[in-house]
Amino acid sequence: MKVKMLSRNPDNYVRETKLDIQRVPRNYDPTLHPFEVPREYVRALNATKLERVFAKPFLASLDGHRDGVNCLAKHPKSLATVLSGACDGEVKIWNLTKQKCIRTIQAHEGFVRGMCTRFCGTSFFTVGDDKTVKQWKMDGPGYGEEEEPLYTVLGKTVYTGIDHHWKDPVFATCGQQVDIWDEQRTSPVCSMTWGFDSISSVKFNPVETFLLGSCASDRNIVLYDMRQATPLKKVILEMRTNTICWNPMEAFNFTAANEDYNLYTFDMRALDTPVMVHMDHVSAVLDVDYSPTGKEFVSASFDKSVRIFPVDKSRSREVYHTKRMQHVMCVKWTSDSKYIMCGSDEMNIRLWKANASEKLGVLTSREKAANDYNQKLKEKFQYHPHVKRIARHRHLPKSIYSQIQEQRVMKEARRRKEMNRRKHSKPGSVPIVSERKKHVVAVVK
Amino acid sequence: METAPKPGRGVPPKRDKPQAKRKKPRRYWEEETTPAAVAASPGPPRKKARTGESRPPRSKSVHIAQKSGFSKKPPISKTAPDWKKPQRTLSGAQDPFPGPVPAPLEEARKFCRIDKSKTLPHSKPKTQSKLEKAEAQEEEASVRAARAELLLAEEPGFLVGEDGEDTAKILQTDIVEAVDIASAAKHFDLNLRQFGPYRLNYSRTGRHLALGGRRGHVAALDWVTKKLMCEINVMEAVRDIHFLHSEALLAVAQNRWLYIYDNQGIELHCIRRCDRVTRLEFLPFHFLLATASETGFLTYLDVSVGKIVTALNARAGRLSVMAQNPYNAVIHLGHSNGTVSLWSPAVKEPLAKILCHRGGVRAVAVDSTGTYMATSGLDHQLKIFDLRGTFQPLSSRTLPQGAGHLAFSQRGLLVGGMGDVVNIWAGQGKASPPSLEQPYLTHRLSGHVHGLQFCPFEDVLGVGHSGGFTSMLVPGAAEPNFDGLENNPYRSRKQRQEWEVKALLEKVPAELICLNPRALAEVDVVTLEQQKKERIERLGYDPDAKAAFQPKAKQKGRSSTASLVKRKKKVMDQEHRDKVRQSLEQQQQKKKQDMAKPPGARPSALDRFVRRAREGGLQVDP
Repeated sequence: MKVKMLSRNPDNYVRETKLDIQRVPRNYDPTLHPFEVPREYVRALNATKLERVFAKPFLASLDGHRDGVNCLAKHPKSLATVLSGACDGEVKIWNLTKQKCIRTIQAHEGFVRGMCTRFCGTSFFTVGDDKTVKQWKMDGPGYGEEEEPLYTVLGKTVYTGIDHHWKDPVFATCGQQVDIWDEQRTSPVCSMTWGFDSISSVKFNPVETFLLGSCASDRNIVLYDMRQATPLKKVILEMRTNTICWNPMEAFNFTAANEDYNLYTFDMRALDTPVMVHMDHVSAVLDVDYSPTGKEFVSASFDKSVRIFPVDKSRSREVYHTKRMQHVMCVKWTSDSKYIMCGSDEMNIRLWKANASEKLGVLTSREKAANDYNQKLKEKFQYHPHVKRIARHRHLPKSIYSQIQEQRVMKEARRRKEMNRRKHSKPGSVPIVSERKKHVVAVVK
Repeated sequence: METAPKPGRGVPPKRDKPQAKRKKPRRYWEEETTPAAVAASPGPPRKKARTGESRPPRSKSVHIAQKSGFSKKPPISKTAPDWKKPQRTLSGAQDPFPGPVPAPLEEARKFCRIDKSKTLPHSKPKTQSKLEKAEAQEEEASVRAARAELLLAEEPGFLVGEDGEDTAKILQTDIVEAVDIASAAKHFDLNLRQFGPYRLNYSRTGRHLALGGRRGHVAALDWVTKKLMCEINVMEAVRDIHFLHSEALLAVAQNRWLYIYDNQGIELHCIRRCDRVTRLEFLPFHFLLATASETGFLTYLDVSVGKIVTALNARAGRLSVMAQNPYNAVIHLGHSNGTVSLWSPAVKEPLAKILCHRGGVRAVAVDSTGTYMATSGLDHQLKIFDLRGTFQPLSSRTLPQGAGHLAFSQRGLLVGGMGDVVNIWAGQGKASPPSLEQPYLTHRLSGHVHGLQFCPFEDVLGVGHSGGFTSMLVPGAAEPNFDGLENNPYRSRKQRQEWEVKALLEKVPAELICLNPRALAEVDVVTLEQQKKERIERLGYDPDAKAAFQPKAKQKGRSSTASLVKRKKKVMDQEHRDKVRQSLEQQQQKKKQDMAKPPGARPSALDRFVRRAREGGLQVDP
C-alpha cells in the first residue's frame, strides 16, 4: 500500500519571530469562500453607509469681499491660485493652501462682470460696468509702484463677459455684440451680432480653438467661428440661457445653464435635440463648469445650492448647501478635479470637495486598495434597492425640499392633463413629445 | 509498503500538474552548441508542445479563454506560429518561454462565476457593452486565480492499495505504522465509558474539539496538542454540542434548555426559548444557531445579538435529523415519514420536500460544494441525491444494518456509522459523488457510533461512540490548503480577534438564505418587467417603443402622397411578413417538441386522436 497523510510543518505557517509579519497563505478555491455574493453585498452596503458617514464636503470659506462675488477665474498654471471679482468692482487673488487673500485690486467702478486669465498665467483680464476692459499683471506691483492695469480699453457699451483664446493672444468680449480683440490693439478685430439683444457670456472651445459659443438674453445660444465674419448657427430655447461651458474632453459638447431650472447638454453638430436634459435645481441655474475629466460638471443656482451632475445622467449625483450660503453666482471646478469653488451673494467663496467622502492627504497603499475595492463593490451593487436608497439620501434645506415636492405635483398634473387630452382627441393629433425635444424652439443656420 | 508520495490510480487523485509543467528551458547560450536546432525550436522541445497534453499552444489557449469562456479545447495548430520562430533581442538573449503565459483552462473552469446558459432580456447597447466588459473581467479573474493554484504549498493525502489489494482491508494500525510520527499522533482513542455515548464537534479551523457525553460530560480541548481547555459535568443529559463562530463559545443542547458556555466552562447563557433541543447546527456566515427540537420547531438564534430570528414549525413531529448545506446555508431536516425538507429562515414553509425513503430518515449529510446530499433511512438504504435543481437520486445502496450517522469530508468522502462500524466511501476527486460499491476504508470501534465528523483541514475523522472518542486517520479526506483569511488553524490570538471583527462586520442577513446564493447577483427579470409595465400604464405610452416608420421626404416629385403611402406600406408589409414567419417557426418548433414524447410515457392506441382533436378544437377530457 502507498499512503500519504496530510502533514503540515507548522514552521511554514507561523512567523519566526515576533518582529515578522504574520503569514497568511491564500487559497482562492470557491468552496473555501462560500456565500461570495451575499458577503460582497453586505460589504457593499457597509461601504455605502460609511460613504454617507464620511461625507463632509465643506472645506473652507474665503471671506474678505465687501460685496457679492460675481465671477471666479482659475489660474492656468498654479493650482493654489484663484481669482475672484465682486459686485463692488474689487478683484481679489487668493492662495488656496493658505486660504488667504494675497492681493486686492479695486479694478472697476460698479460690477466686475467677467474675468479670465491668459493661457500663460502671467496676466488676467477683467471687464466691468464702467465699460472698460483691463489687463492686469498676475504678480503684484513692486516696491513703490502703483497698482495699475497693464492696459485699459474704454468701449462704447457695457461688457458683460470675457474669455481668452486657449493658444493665441486673442480674447473675446460680449455685450451688445461679440467682439474679438487682439491683445496689441485698442479696437476689436471683428464684431459679430445676430439680433439686437445683450449677450451674457462667451466661451472659446478648448479644442477647436477658433470656435466660440455665446448665449444671449433673447433665449438663444449662438455659435461663431472666429475666422469668418458671420455667426455659424444658433438654437432658440424656451427660456434664456445664463451661461455655457464646453466639455474639455469631448469638445463638441457643451452644457447650457438655463433659466427654466434645467441644464442642457448639446452636441454642437446636432442642435435640434439636446443630448441630455439635466434637471434637479428648483430655481434658475446661474453658472456651470466642467470637471477636467469631462465626465461631470457642477452647476450653481439661484436656489442657494450647488449640484454635481454626471454628463450622461439627467439627475444630479450630489448637492451642496449650507445655511449661510445665499444665491450662488459663480462656480468653478479646480484643474486637479478634486475641489469645487463657488462664489455667492453673501460675499464668500466656498471651497468644497468634489467627492464628498474622499479622504484628503496621502493615503497608504492599503487604504488605497481598500478604497478601490469598496468603490468597485458600490458600483457592482448600486442598483440594489437598499444600497441605492442609502447612496441617494441627501439632506436638503426645507425651502428646496418643499419646492421639489411642489414642482413634482405640478409636473404630474401637467402630464395627467396631457394624457387626458390625448385620450379624448383624435389619435395622433396630440403627439408624444419627448422631454429632450420639448425645450428646443428652433435651430437657425 | 512505501510511503513515497507518488500519484496512483487510487481514490483521491493527486494534482500532478507542476511536475508535468516543469521542463528544462533552453538557454540562449546553448544554441551555439546545437546550431541545427536553433531555427526549428528555440523554446521548449517542439514535439512535446505539439502533443498538447502538457502545454497547450500558448497564444491559442489564451485567445480562447478570452473569447469563448473555456468552452472549447484549444485547437492544435499544424503550422508553427510566429512566437515559435527565434526572436532576437539586442543582447542576443532569447526568451526561453516565448508567447503569453498559458492559461490553465481546466482549473479556470472551477473559478468561473458566469452562467452563460442563461439568456438575459434584451437590453440597450450601452448595458450590453457593460455586461460584456464585466464578463471579460470575470474570465480574466478566473484565469488568474487558476494560475495562482501553482503556488499552493500542500498536496492532498492518498491511500492506494497494491495490485488487487483492497484499501478497505487496511487497518488503522497499518496506516499508523506507515505514516510519519506527526500524522501517527493524530490517531488516538479516548476511553470514556462512564458518561458515553459522545457527540462531538470540531471548530471551523479544525484545531479544537468539543465532546459531549450523553450523561452530562462536556469537554473542550485543543486536540492537536491534546491540551484540555475545560471539562465539566452539567449533571443533565447532553443531546448535542456545537462550537459557535470561534472556539471560545460552545453551545450545548441539554435535557431541557440550550446553554452557552465559554472555553473555561463558565455558563454564559441559558436560552429558555429553545427547549428540548435535539440537534444543533451553526451557520457561520449568518451567525445563526439553528436548533431542532423535540417539539417539532426549527429555531434560528442570532448569536451576534442574542435574538431569536424565527421559529419555524415543521409540523412533522419530533425533529432529530438535521444537516446544513454549507453552500447555501439551507437546513435539511429528516422526518419520520421518509421526507427531507429544506428550510430557510425567510420562508415559513419548506423550500422543498424530497421523498427519500420508505421508512423514516435516520441521517442526512450535504457535501461542501452543496451538490450532493446523502441520506439513510430505516429501510436500510443509503442514497445520494443531486441538489442542483432536480433532487433526483444518483445512486443508492442497501446496507445490512443501515447507517445511523453520515458525514461528508471537505474533499467529498462520505462516512457512514453503522452500529459499531464506520465505513468511508470515496469518489473520483472533489466534485464527484462518492461511489457506494466499494468502501474506501472501514473501521470497527469499541462501542456504537453516536457522532461523526471529519476534521477540517486534517486527514482525520472523529467518531464519538459509547466507549468514548476515536480519532481515525483517513488519508485524502481534507482540503490541504487553507485560506489564511477564512479559517487559519495556525492563527494567533490577534489574528483571531481581527478575523472576528471582520466576520461580524460582514454578517449576512438571515433573509438572504435561499437555494441559490448567487441569485443576488443576477438580473431580477420579474421585477424589471413589472416596473416596465407599471411605467407604461402611468405614462399612457411605451417610452422605449420603436417609432413608427416615417418616410423621408424626397425631391423631384417623388414625395407625392401616393409615393409616401406606397413606401410606408412596403415597410409595413415587410414587418408583417417577418412577424408571420417568426410565429410560424415558433409554431413548428412547438409542434416538434410536442411530438417528442417524454421518455417515460407509453404509446397508447388513443394517441392517433390527439392531433386531430387539437387541430379541430375538440374538447378531449384528459
